[in-house]
Amino acid sequence: MKVIDTVAGRHSGSRADSGLLEALHGLQAEHGYVPRQEAMALSRRLSVPLARIFEVLTFYSYFRLEEPGRITLSVCDGTSCHLQEGPVLLNALQELLGIKPGEATADGAYQLNVVRCLGCCSCSPVLMVDDKVYSHVEPTDLPRIMKKHPPIVNKESNDDAHSTA
Amino acid sequence: MPTPLHSEAREEERERQAGFACRVFCCAGTACLSAEGEAVWESLIDARATHGLKDKVDLVRTGCMGLCSKGPLVRVEMADVAPCLYGPVSAMFARLIMTEHVAPALARGDEFIRPEFLASQALPSDLAFFAQQKRVVLSRIDRADPERITDALAHGAYVALAGALEKQPQALIDELQASGLRGRGGGGYPTGQKWANAAGTEADRRFVICNGDEGDPGAYVDRSILEGDPHAVLEGMLLSGYAVGASHGYVYVRAEYELAVRRVRCAIEQAREQGLLGDAVMGSDFAFDCKVFTAAGAFVCGEETALIASIEGQRGTPRPRPPYPSECGLWGCPTVISNVETLANVPRIIEQSAAWFRSIGTADSPGTKVFSMAGRARLAGLVEVPMGTKLSTVVDSLGGGTKTGRPVRAVQIGGLSGGLVPAEQLDTTLSYEAMSELGSIVGSGGMIVLDDNDDLLDLARFFLQYAVEESCGRCAACRIGTHQLLNLATKIREEGATDDDLVLAERLSETMQATSLCGLGKAAPRTLMSFLRNWSDLVPRKETSTGGDA
Repeated sequence: MKVIDTVAGRHSGSRADSGLLEALHGLQAEHGYVPRQEAMALSRRLSVPLARIFEVLTFYSYFRLEEPGRITLSVCDGTSCHLQEGPVLLNALQELLGIKPGEATADGAYQLNVVRCLGCCSCSPVLMVDDKVYSHVEPTDLPRIMKKHPPIVNKESNDDAHSTA
Repeated sequence: MPTPLHSEAREEERERQAGFACRVFCCAGTACLSAEGEAVWESLIDARATHGLKDKVDLVRTGCMGLCSKGPLVRVEMADVAPCLYGPVSAMFARLIMTEHVAPALARGDEFIRPEFLASQALPSDLAFFAQQKRVVLSRIDRADPERITDALAHGAYVALAGALEKQPQALIDELQASGLRGRGGGGYPTGQKWANAAGTEADRRFVICNGDEGDPGAYVDRSILEGDPHAVLEGMLLSGYAVGASHGYVYVRAEYELAVRRVRCAIEQAREQGLLGDAVMGSDFAFDCKVFTAAGAFVCGEETALIASIEGQRGTPRPRPPYPSECGLWGCPTVISNVETLANVPRIIEQSAAWFRSIGTADSPGTKVFSMAGRARLAGLVEVPMGTKLSTVVDSLGGGTKTGRPVRAVQIGGLSGGLVPAEQLDTTLSYEAMSELGSIVGSGGMIVLDDNDDLLDLARFFLQYAVEESCGRCAACRIGTHQLLNLATKIREEGATDDDLVLAERLSETMQATSLCGLGKAAPRTLMSFLRNWSDLVPRKETSTGGDA
């Protein structure tokens, strides 16, 4: 709720919804996605209809409505990566994780995304793991890279996490 | 005009550097960092400590040095010796640079001879990639630490601002109009004219926006400038603000550009501490402050009216123009919205005069343009050349041809909004006027070199797919047109084209270009159409039972 309070404090009155994107960014940074409950709370706090919030939420591809995997793997599909083995890298990851782009592994450890141009076109193909960018990634590099980003394992789902990673 | 602030910064930098006999610069752009650049940096620090050179060797992290395909890059500079650029540098090699180059060179002075195994990884000092560039916008990017404002100040940041604050705002507008600077984001609209319009519109409040929503796949010019020299952009915004009478600015940056967002935030904070942003900029009565606005992943927000809607907390859909944002923009107020590279040009023009700026480039396109070269180029990275440079010079001389050794088939310029330039037309000059004659644009600066193994039709489909996903859906021409054109391109690729298909594609693209609300829909057909028109021999044809030629 802290994020909402800060943003709402700054943007009260007639321009209440001008802080909407900022608030949504805040919520996503806090939860990894924008939970419906939080969106409803935001709607009350800013006095902006929930439909207005979802209208904006669903327009921008950066916002997620469902909880993502704990580690996000983003494969770049910009022009340069598309030409230079980006699709091969994506296939390798799909096989390795057994999921399609936009999905998370069953244990919630990994999220696989395809993103539009990360701006590292001279280093194709490019993979971003959370905020860290890796360049010239070959499918054989994947185990090494993923080892550097071990998913934080919940005690109860310990076994699941190992079976997929 | 240097101010006490600058003298202090210079003094501080001089004192800091006084004891250093050697400076080692390490590229900290996203590309180099992605290639283990972080480990290289740590290794340099570690090796310096091992040799007890902490007081003798200065380590500086800079913005993008340019030659991204050879990254991570490390440059060694010593007095009286030509700088030496190494790349690609591994963490282990970084240690060797310190052990076998820096340490012995400092110990032996003139008698030092660089060992052969180091030289093999050094890039030639006369490399055309660097020698043939003209660095105006990128003049500071590879030598100042973007996270230390005193370094930027010592390298001349905010000197133009100091001088400008002594003049009347109108004088700045006149100077910029005289310079002929045109928007570097794609549109090519004269920036001085935007200033004049915004200043001439009655209003209580005005705004300045920096458009850093660089969405074109294949372009990373703006990202590199924001990461490497954020103060040039802030200074450009301050000058725009002073000229038009705005007191607030927004730096609109893609959320995916994590490092750029961080560096700009850091630059804003440091500029506030130095009194360069705030209620009294440099002690004058001009008040200006700015903040970062992170975008949320919608390509169409690169269009100025959509970008403004997005800051206002709306869906990022464009609206018809006029009125232009310079008259009615953010919250209905006059708003000057400029691209990152454009803003970085502004301080240079104000400091060095419009006449100087006009001495570079062509009559209709003065100045330089930064391109991000990638694809099959042998040397890929960031290059800045005068407008009017031949495309072939950039691709063949600077880029060194293709890394595959195959002939160049085409160069894709300007990303989604641009088009394909065939190899036979590489003599075309890079300028607004010459590129538009070819049906392409200089655009955002993305430049993808393609060889004769690359599937151009697949590339055209790739751009159309992108347009389908990114179309905001507001106007039918773009919403439906992109879908239909993608279907058509897929059909042509899989089954071959009939004569009717080609006629239909032509008509559809003409309609989209004529009736789309914004640049996305107008530009979406460009790459497909330049393929169909220029490579008719490569277009797969469908055998027809009536005996049409295949």
